Amino acid sequence: MIWNPNKECMSREQMRELQGKRLHKIVEYVYHHVPFYRNKLQEMDLSPDDIRTIDDIVKLPFTTKKDLRDNYPFGLQAAPADEIIRIHASSGTTGNPTIVGYTRKDISVWSECMARCLTAYGVGRNDVFSVSYGYGLFTGGLGAHNGVETVGAAVVPASTGNTEKHARLIRDLGITGIACTPSYALYLAETMERLGITKDQIKLRVGAFGAEPWTESMRTEIQDRLGLKGYNLYGLSEIMGPSVSYECSEQHGSHINEDHFFPEIIDPVTLEPLPVGQTGELVFTTLTKEGMPVLRYRTRDLCSLLPGECPCGRTNVRMSAIQGRSDDMLIIRGINIFPSQVESVVLSMPEFAPRYLLVVDRINNLDTLQVQVELRQDYFNATLDTPAAIDELSKRLAAKLKSVLSIGVKVQLKAPGTIERSQGKSTRVIDNRKLF
Amino acid sequence: MTIRQLSIFIENQSGTLQRVLELMKKSRIQIIACTIADTAEYGIFRIICSEPDRACSELKQAGVAVAISDVFAIELDNQPGGAADVVGIFSEAGIGITYMYAFLLNGRGIMIFRTDQADAAREAIVRGGLHCLTEADLPTHI
Repeated sequence: MIWNPNKECMSREQMRELQGKRLHKIVEYVYHHVPFYRNKLQEMDLSPDDIRTIDDIVKLPFTTKKDLRDNYPFGLQAAPADEIIRIHASSGTTGNPTIVGYTRKDISVWSECMARCLTAYGVGRNDVFSVSYGYGLFTGGLGAHNGVETVGAAVVPASTGNTEKHARLIRDLGITGIACTPSYALYLAETMERLGITKDQIKLRVGAFGAEPWTESMRTEIQDRLGLKGYNLYGLSEIMGPSVSYECSEQHGSHINEDHFFPEIIDPVTLEPLPVGQTGELVFTTLTKEGMPVLRYRTRDLCSLLPGECPCGRTNVRMSAIQGRSDDMLIIRGINIFPSQVESVVLSMPEFAPRYLLVVDRINNLDTLQVQVELRQDYFNATLDTPAAIDELSKRLAAKLKSVLSIGVKVQLKAPGTIERSQGKSTRVIDNRKLF
Repeated sequence: MTIRQLSIFIENQSGTLQRVLELMKKSRIQIIACTIADTAEYGIFRIICSEPDRACSELKQAGVAVAISDVFAIELDNQPGGAADVVGIFSEAGIGITYMYAFLLNGRGIMIFRTDQADAAREAIVRGGLHCLTEADLPTHI
């Protein structure tokens, strides 16, 4: 089934024409409503009239996460405040979260895009669908929720946590579909096995997995253990939230809702566009967004666009699985974490040396983050000579890290001089998950 | 009334204790008593030694997290109930013991105490007629 064949199966020529028209409109819109973009365009001696076709997009400036942070909270908002009906926030690198406001039309486009995803997964009116992304500032929960309501399935807003209750609901309500992170799906499978809930007692057949990178072997394991078909769901709050792209029954690449989000692949060093098929950094321009449109937003996700037609009948372009990051961002339990966030917390406490190491593991299918920090030699004194005092110190650090990162962290205190001095960013992180 | 003790933060890993002990050996510091307060990840190695000031500064130079603190070293009566009587004097005065360990010096039992109320502890020790060692009572060098 295809939710909107008119858009999802458009001829390439029609799509490019539509994208060109929308790009011109959005550039004109931000030029008149967002001083940040007007200044950028003026500095480059560009006017909205220079942007006529989609090919003109390469003339436009890029937008980075830093731009969003520097313009906190509403500097990049284009719509007037009274048009905004929802505000989401994602984790920021140094305290400032990224704020994204949505107009009523944005929410409606989001629901439409999410409906396309769910329909591609085979979800329809007769499904009972559990949304197990976090409901809250994170876009996952509410984003998926609206899409499920749009296709007319019954949504079960399970959110995250209380996995045992959730497992029983899956069995008792005959839940047929679930949206969650792939690692949560494995954790759920494990919980069910522990509770003695077997595959033939449940009706799950569709999984919409996203918000963190996952591998084909994870897919095989999830499908096998939960007895469903697992599909990729990609999105990011800066662009919209979940629904930017989605897999179809082919499970080979994710179709991009490119009438709303125009994708490019660039070389992350030279910033030059790369030809179709080559791996580089994924860049999106929102073509219809009203609340906070972005031009050429650098996602830092590395992937390629897949050439050729998809046997499913959709013509919208597909992107490969994410193959890495062009920055040092980690995704842990669906939450974006930058080592610099940890650094800013460590630097704020004089008890610790300005050196740290992040160790990421996946234990029993749950991501764990350990932060190793060195006690500062000159700060170690007679009041710290009991385990109670040391533990209090590490708890204080753990609490600060949790409030900045939004996830629980295990702090390990190291003796002075035992953490290797950083030679570059790679030495600050040990990721044992092998996701790419 | 007190003697100085070194407290050293060491990670709970093979080789970390050895490193500290080797440093002390090289500096010709004699360990008179020691104990480790251990947790799963780290330990606090507490040492009564000769020349605590020099030991501390040489360990610091080698990058070790070390601190000096003052502790009571109380001589016990060498008979059953000796330890109970000493601790009893503290608890009657409502003084909390942060930690305690014991060693033998010339055949006499010595208990090391750190309390959360040093001044009250001094008074209780005087009132209870306890004998506290000073650093002069400790062997200074091999």
